[in-house]
Amino acid sequence: MKPFELKQRNHNLKEQIIHFCLISAATVSVLTTFGVLFSILFEAIEFFQMRSFWYFITGIEWSPGVDNSKFGALPIFAGTFMITLIAMAISLPIGLGSAVFLSEYASPFWRDKLKPLLEILAGIPTVVYGFFAAITVAPAIVNFFASLGIQASFNSALASGIVMGIMIIPVISSLSDDVIRAVPDSQRKASLGLGMTEGETILHIVLPSALPGIISAAILGLSKALGETMIVVMAAGLRPNMTWNPLEDMTTVTVRIVDALVGDNEFNSPDTLSAFALGLVLFVVTLVLNVISLSLIRKFKEKYKVNTL
Amino acid sequence: MSQKNNTKIQVRDLNLYYGDNHALHGIDMAIQENKITALIGPSGCGKSTFLRCLNRMNDLITSVKVDGEVVIDQKNIYDKDVDEVAVRKRVGMVFQQPNPFPKSIYENISYAPIKHGLVKKGSVACDELVEKSLIQAGLWEEVKYKLSDPGTSLSGGQQQRLCIARTIAVQPDIILMDEPTSALDPISTEKIEALMLELKKQYTIIIVTHNMQQAGRVADMTAFFHMGDLIEYAETETIFINPVEKKTEDYITGRFG
Amino acid sequence: MTQQTGTEHNPFYDASLTKRHLRAQAFKLFTLTSIVFAISFLVFFLGDMVYKGLPAFQQSYIKIDVAYNEKSLASTRKAIDKKYRRIVSRSWLRGIPREVENNPALMNTTQTRWVLLNHQVDQYLKGHYYKVKAKNIKLVDAMQADGLVELKFNEIFFTHGDSKIPENSGFKSAVVGSILTLTVMMVVAFPLGVMTAVYLEEFADDNRWTQLIEVNINNLAAIPSILFGLLGLAVFISLFGMPRSSPLVGGLTLALMTLPVIIVSSRAALRSVPDSIRQAGYGLGLTKIQVVQDHVLPLAFPGIMTGSIIGLAHAMGETAPLIIIGMIAFIPDTPTSIFEAATVMPAQLFTWAGMPERAYIERTAAGIMLLISVLIAFNTLAIYLRKKFEVKW
Repeated sequence: MKPFELKQRNHNLKEQIIHFCLISAATVSVLTTFGVLFSILFEAIEFFQMRSFWYFITGIEWSPGVDNSKFGALPIFAGTFMITLIAMAISLPIGLGSAVFLSEYASPFWRDKLKPLLEILAGIPTVVYGFFAAITVAPAIVNFFASLGIQASFNSALASGIVMGIMIIPVISSLSDDVIRAVPDSQRKASLGLGMTEGETILHIVLPSALPGIISAAILGLSKALGETMIVVMAAGLRPNMTWNPLEDMTTVTVRIVDALVGDNEFNSPDTLSAFALGLVLFVVTLVLNVISLSLIRKFKEKYKVNTL
Repeated sequence: MSQKNNTKIQVRDLNLYYGDNHALHGIDMAIQENKITALIGPSGCGKSTFLRCLNRMNDLITSVKVDGEVVIDQKNIYDKDVDEVAVRKRVGMVFQQPNPFPKSIYENISYAPIKHGLVKKGSVACDELVEKSLIQAGLWEEVKYKLSDPGTSLSGGQQQRLCIARTIAVQPDIILMDEPTSALDPISTEKIEALMLELKKQYTIIIVTHNMQQAGRVADMTAFFHMGDLIEYAETETIFINPVEKKTEDYITGRFG
Repeated sequence: MTQQTGTEHNPFYDASLTKRHLRAQAFKLFTLTSIVFAISFLVFFLGDMVYKGLPAFQQSYIKIDVAYNEKSLASTRKAIDKKYRRIVSRSWLRGIPREVENNPALMNTTQTRWVLLNHQVDQYLKGHYYKVKAKNIKLVDAMQADGLVELKFNEIFFTHGDSKIPENSGFKSAVVGSILTLTVMMVVAFPLGVMTAVYLEEFADDNRWTQLIEVNINNLAAIPSILFGLLGLAVFISLFGMPRSSPLVGGLTLALMTLPVIIVSSRAALRSVPDSIRQAGYGLGLTKIQVVQDHVLPLAFPGIMTGSIIGLAHAMGETAPLIIIGMIAFIPDTPTSIFEAATVMPAQLFTWAGMPERAYIERTAAGIMLLISVLIAFNTLAIYLRKKFEVKW
């Protein structure tokens, strides 16, 4: 019996090593999230030891790099909000409309042709969108409004907002399309059988049923817009600017993060560390949005007992 | 009343194709007013397909082609100037699986009448219509205190009666039922059958069923379909006791199907 | 009853339906417009990039005499006639000493050569905005009429790194930087991701620990990419002291970002392998690890590859975290190791897009054409793999 036992023990050792490796790998992926959180958190705490947290979230003056530097992030949040708002105003109707067309109206032939095209839109790197916003869209907006006698900035919130909206269309359409298709066909038949038109059936029966999933898609798009960096770095402004006029230049959280970290500032200066404070805000907001989005999708899955989303 | 006046639906030489597949072969049939007509036959015989021709639900499948006539009230519903949406309003449909909308019981019923402009949203007339429809469907006593509960919170049998109430609320002349009790337990089935007998006083009912006892219990007329052909169509008693065709007899006695 | 066609009897006529049908049609039109807008944007956008980028694949040259002698080696401007000094490229002239070094026979001769024109003249010849003196335009026009000015294929774009002289700048160092960075990324993320997936799908019990990992992976996928840059800066550079701007740090940062993509797709691939395969393995007396290693993983491999390629394509276009860790440095020379400062394709595009000279714009657009072509090729490969190895169980 001895050789048999020996072999078994060797085997067990090898298996244990492999098992250990697998667990370690899984642990690393967990550590990453915490790594992101803590690396940002520690630096942010260091920042708030130097500067007031209260002024950071309520102050309206952001002036790093000067002797009496101030870090009031409200105008930065306002700019982020404005550009995100424009992006959502574009991507939500168009993304949802595209999803409805693909899932309800398009024949399988057209669906197979159009869906991959939308996926290409989703695969375009954001730096490319940024270039397009800065070189093509922004001048077009300036020229257009100049012809109306209105002055627009070359770094207008509108230009980055529009391009960001286009970038988010596939995010919203792809998830909405999945959700709308998951609404059971019996719902459509019931409505059509009552003498409703196709449009009424979609608007009053299908879309309300798919609503949790659609909201989840919108939140996902929103979170993408808030965290988007390249488009705004290339096409939006650097100036913290609190205004309702989308034709003015505005800045965003991500722009200021990049601005604070690109350059030769000392790492432990408030100028540099302010990026981590902004990063922390971004992290918390997108995390909360993601948790809401995931729970809405789970609700939808439970309601219709679908596992394919 | 003459025989002709009693005919609610006159089907003439109805053919249906799924792409190249010829699924219904020249069906001729006169369906009588205020009667329950049962369509029976083995799976895939075309009875459900035929039922869906009567309110143009087959139009939703792009590969389907229909020719022939389905005349309701002296008008062929496949004529070019007939709107299939209007047809479905007059010819209601109840499905195999109860499929209430994920809305409240009240909204399940009021949704279609409001959209059709029969009643105004939030009006007294609307409340009355909901109550009347639920009473007719025999569901009122069970749900009158929980009209704002979701329709999906009801039991299967109640859901199916809700679907019937929803159909009645649109005020159709004809109600099509596609195996309405196949997903239900025997007690719910019994309630639905009693309801059908009550409803036939006002409506013309056509029901597809797998259950021959059910056809025997509720139907005045029975049509036997096989392989896309209408084999025999007569009074239920005749079909069950003294069928003319050999195939009908074989099916009724359980030799195939 | 007036709207009825002819005198025909139609009990199904309902006037209110006309309005409802119109509304339904309007809604359908809206959805159609939406998708048409999205697709036409794509077409317009790609068209715009091709329109802007195509000129960059050609570069203007002029045929003039070049003198190779002591004087011109000392001051390369003097190799050509005075009147051309304002229109030819400084960078081309700087190459003269090396030319002589490579071919000493050139010394003390005068050769008629195709000489690279500077970017302003190049832009003029391509019909774009330019800053060239009228005198020089006349000269170029005259020479063009004699066939002495030509647009030739732009080799420099593919063989040079970045340069402050637009006509001398190329994409090569960025391409190499991308390859190095993505190699680091895949070496780290692929085994880590696949192992995590195997652990979660095949070994882990459904306990709190597993659920924690799962929630983590879902959230990791939603973190804005720029925050991974903050992580890279704070941990890899500040804490571990790794070299800034290096493909090593870039690759590690991107690896953490791509990890969830690989984990999620690998898990889906493992899940699609039917349990009967595993049971057959156990039936033969194999251990769990043998079953996974020899039977489950090979079957799941195409799916894992598909997901990894998609993750790779995604990382290839990522810019924001790499800017944070300094990979936008000016890199004229092609990096040779993962510890040197480097740039990547999208970061190079970002740098060029911010340059004032018009010539960089066409280079950016040309770079975009290359980058998008590679991305589409990768995605097509992923789809092909998925289709080819798709098995219906």
